[in-house]
Amino acid sequence: MSDAPIDRATFDELAESAGAEFARELAGTFLADAPRMLAALRAAFEGGDTVAFRRTAHSLKSNAQTFGAFALGARAKALETTGLDAVRAAGGAPLDELDREYARVAAALAELARG
Amino acid sequence: MAENGATGARLLVVDDNKVNRLLLSRLLEQQGYRVETAENGRVALERLRADPPDLMLLDIEMPELDGFGLLERIRGDLALRDLPVIVTSSLEGLDDVVRCIELGAEDYLPKPVNPTLLRARLRASLEKKRLRDQQKALVRRLATPEVAQATAASGFTLGGTRVRASVLFTDIRGFTPLSETQTPEETIELLNDWYALMFDAVGGHGGIVSQIQGDGLMAIFGAPQPRPDHARAAVETALEMVELVAMFSAGRIAAGDPALRIGVGVATGEMIAGFIGTMERAIYTCIGDTVNLASRLEQHTKDVGRTVLIDAATRDALGPGIEVESLGAASIRGKAKPVDVYAVDPGVAIRDP
Repeated sequence: MSDAPIDRATFDELAESAGAEFARELAGTFLADAPRMLAALRAAFEGGDTVAFRRTAHSLKSNAQTFGAFALGARAKALETTGLDAVRAAGGAPLDELDREYARVAAALAELARG
Repeated sequence: MAENGATGARLLVVDDNKVNRLLLSRLLEQQGYRVETAENGRVALERLRADPPDLMLLDIEMPELDGFGLLERIRGDLALRDLPVIVTSSLEGLDDVVRCIELGAEDYLPKPVNPTLLRARLRASLEKKRLRDQQKALVRRLATPEVAQATAASGFTLGGTRVRASVLFTDIRGFTPLSETQTPEETIELLNDWYALMFDAVGGHGGIVSQIQGDGLMAIFGAPQPRPDHARAAVETALEMVELVAMFSAGRIAAGDPALRIGVGVATGEMIAGFIGTMERAIYTCIGDTVNLASRLEQHTKDVGRTVLIDAATRDALGPGIEVESLGAASIRGKAKPVDVYAVDPGVAIRDP
């Protein structure tokens, strides 16, 4: 896994199988949707809703993997599998790290979405 | 981009995540499928019940009703339990995948879904469904394996052919008063036991059960597969039926339940045999005067207090070794002229009290 927020080969594969234009639109949909997911994740964390927390992390992981955002996917997967308590034990730091990684992904993806 | 085989099949994509729904729909549409979507299990269940698709692609992690919950509901629903389901998810851990399969999912595809794998799995699942549907349609309209065999070569067509065969009718004597002395559950159980014995007797002599109704059944010998000894096969079946019921009754009497008695009528002659009904649902049966006569003879057993009655044509074709007693000409309902009636002694003591 390289340092790049988006694995270009994965994104190109997506563009090839689903169509370049569709892949760009899909990236746009994700960019529009992801902030809501991050907010939902934080709300679940603060509200102690373990099910919603796991489910949202799962969803984010799945989308990240689709676009080749593997670092983001790995962080989301860690949240999904270790759960809310682990994040609380770490003082919420993993959520901040997730936000930062998403910012990198969003910038890279926005670029790709412009074509 | 539509491909052969895929065109026209309707798929339901169930996923709470918009990106996943859009991407999966896109890949499927590229492969020629018609796609509908639902954003959770509850919405999906409504869709399934309103208008079931050919196949469902199901995510697991969803709000309201998740994939496991939906799989459970489908399994408990007779109308939906055969719906093929492919789970598409990025589940962590093998246990959840195993759980999907155990709940009836046909296959599991990890996300992100590989389009080539998706295509192959879908084709395989839909092909299996097509074969299942075909088989179900076949079973619905074919009454017995023998009939299925007979039509396998020539195919299924409505309409009849003229055959010479023997028809047997039997029913349980005094069934209505009997059923009034027991619970409906006991009656069903009794009927099922009785039908099991009767089917066994018919099948054992190469006949087919054409119809069952209430406490009676109709069997055919000599159609669809012609055979020269259909009259003898029918009468031997009748005798075995009586014997089986006598044994069954002995058990009932020992348990303090009333005995069971039956009447059997057999007639032989020309009739029209074939499928009656619609292309979707049909039964193999025979119609004609001979069939009516067999039914009347079965009813006539009550009037004369005998167990097995046959007509002259059956007696003539019977062959040696079976004792027949002439009861003379009797006027039978539905027959203008009196009909020669013969009784066959079952050799076991079953007499009306």
